Amino acid sequence: MPEVVLSAQDLVKHYPIKKGVLRRTVGHVKAVDGVSFDLHKGETLGIVGESGCGKSTLGRLLMRLEEPTAGSVSFEGQDFSGASARDTRRLRRNIQIVFQDPYTSLNPRMTVGDIVGEPFEIHTDVVPKGGRRKRVQELLDLVGLNPEHINRYPHQFSGGQRQRIGIARGIALNPRVLICDEPVSALDVSVQAQVVNLMEKLQDELGLAYVFIAHDLSVVRHISDRVGVMYLGRMAELGEEDEIYARPTHPYTQALLSAVPVPDPTLRGKREQIVLEGDVPSPANPPSGCRFHTRCWKVQDRCREVEPELELREDGAGRHMSACHFAEPRVIVETTDVSDQKHDDRFASSDVEDLSDAGAGMGSEGGGETTDSPDASVAARAEAMDGDRHVGEDPVRISEDPSEGERPR
Amino acid sequence: MTEQSVVEETHVQDPHDAGEERSLASDAWRAMRKNPLFWISAVMITVFVLMAAFPSLFTSTSPNQPVLAEARSLPGDGTWFGRDFQGYDIYARCIYGARASILVGLFTTIGTVLVGGVIGVMSGYLGGWVDSLLSRIGDVFFAIPLLLGAIIFLVSLPGFFDSNYLLIVLKVVLALVVLGWPSLARLMRSSVIQVKPNDYVQAARALGASPARVIGSHILPNALAPMIVVATINLGAYIAAEATLSFLGIGLQYPAISWGIDISSAIIGLRTTPHMLFFPGLFLSLAVLAFIMLGDAVRDALDPKSR
Repeated sequence: MPEVVLSAQDLVKHYPIKKGVLRRTVGHVKAVDGVSFDLHKGETLGIVGESGCGKSTLGRLLMRLEEPTAGSVSFEGQDFSGASARDTRRLRRNIQIVFQDPYTSLNPRMTVGDIVGEPFEIHTDVVPKGGRRKRVQELLDLVGLNPEHINRYPHQFSGGQRQRIGIARGIALNPRVLICDEPVSALDVSVQAQVVNLMEKLQDELGLAYVFIAHDLSVVRHISDRVGVMYLGRMAELGEEDEIYARPTHPYTQALLSAVPVPDPTLRGKREQIVLEGDVPSPANPPSGCRFHTRCWKVQDRCREVEPELELREDGAGRHMSACHFAEPRVIVETTDVSDQKHDDRFASSDVEDLSDAGAGMGSEGGGETTDSPDASVAARAEAMDGDRHVGEDPVRISEDPSEGERPR
Repeated sequence: MTEQSVVEETHVQDPHDAGEERSLASDAWRAMRKNPLFWISAVMITVFVLMAAFPSLFTSTSPNQPVLAEARSLPGDGTWFGRDFQGYDIYARCIYGARASILVGLFTTIGTVLVGGVIGVMSGYLGGWVDSLLSRIGDVFFAIPLLLGAIIFLVSLPGFFDSNYLLIVLKVVLALVVLGWPSLARLMRSSVIQVKPNDYVQAARALGASPARVIGSHILPNALAPMIVVATINLGAYIAAEATLSFLGIGLQYPAISWGIDISSAIIGLRTTPHMLFFPGLFLSLAVLAFIMLGDAVRDALDPKSR
């Protein structure tokens, strides 16, 4: 197991609910309530869960944008909950964040050069003054943007390109950990694929570790090595990607996975869908015992009283972390691991180099912008369309491939 | 396809992609130079400033030389703009009145923008008890009626302030700033609160930016637009407020000349001799218009999306 870069211990974040003229605290919203995990070097940890389960708060706690109510975050073994301003600044270099909404995460009044160059202005010792502009252009090139566009403003870019700018800013200081707070959920599906592929490429090249927060189970499966499932501020299940997707043991994970649409007509009606009853309870007043007991079909008296620990439990083939008293594997959808199989040439292939994918993105989003003559523009457009057809590892297209249709989406 | 054409279009507009390094300030200046509104307002403001500094460039008639025999004469009867009740040349008085009016208007605007802006940014950015305290202090000043407050303020100032012309102007400016800053502070506070939770501000914090940098390069440029608009509109209101104070006998005193004094005194003859009101009013409106247009041009230039 590679070394642990980022570790969260019993992270808790409670927001006070204030009422009345005197702003008395009448209760707490328990956004994150005791989450622990380790992030290893160069690994991607996916965090999934429905809206309001505390995913984003967790990201902000890891980022130190919010102070945790209790618990600690340590980077490479160094706890920085009580770190001085100077230490925190240094640690910030190693942990960076990519935000969800590319339309609000870039200052509309700064040029791309200023946005990506700001990390160097703040941490002046990273790159000498004269080399900053060049470094910014290198970064833009690295994320598949035209370095010539350094003087443009964010509104002159499309959503996918903006997200690339956000990623360039995130990796400018060569961080060890990048926290991605739903980085692709605001993008349309074809652009999602490009951004996810770019992130995988950067991980390979720079050895980044990702905490990938998302609610799209397919994207998370595509990019993650390990996956954590959150429910109402707590981790319900945590394990390797295969363990979670193929052998989920927590009823909530099973229900979540059963809701993923499978784009295969032959499976229609054969698939079991677990429809949960009721709503997510209020995080201000979470249920006693197991937080999921109000909606669980396996609920017993014990669930209402004793809170199950997140610990290793049998999953049929091995053991992984699950927080259910009655954890047992249940096959939701038969899946085949296709990552080692050779791709059919007629369909989307994962062999396509990522750069051409990035180029295709440039083409479809801002086609012709680097071309001078009409001929070249036609050629570029043809290439762009060609590239579009071969977008590699597009999480949606793969599942449309009939030979792999059993893969859950 | 729409996206594609949009990008292509911007490409045409923006041929210097890889040119020298550019920032918001240089881009704003570049955009402003192309804006006719900016040039019109710049020319008008230059004329008014010249008028304020060297009134003798525009007229050789003294504004304090009454010709009582020709009092209330109409424009064209020997003078361009006619004469007022005292037989003063209205044209000369309009020229000489620029100094006091523009000094009061400009300084009060600058003063309220600085005081209101700083307090607004502080309460909006820091929040919590600082916000409560500053907002309540602002409310106290907000609750004082402008004229009543200004009368008390101006009367209670020591006589030192009456010793020379600039100090008299400064006295009026002080009174208006003290009573005028809360509205701009409120405006600034609300736009800072609106800008602060944006992801780009969080991103800057995540990078380890100091509060000064967060405010200076992220919050201020994005929160300034409403303030610029309101401040330039207020400029006219301050000139008018100065006139009211002068009319009540506590602002600028005779023999000082200002548009406001002339407007106030001409109101008596609104129906019979409207030209006495019209000309100083016209000068006041043109000056306010010039500053509003300049404010608009600056605001547009600072917004990359409107270029």
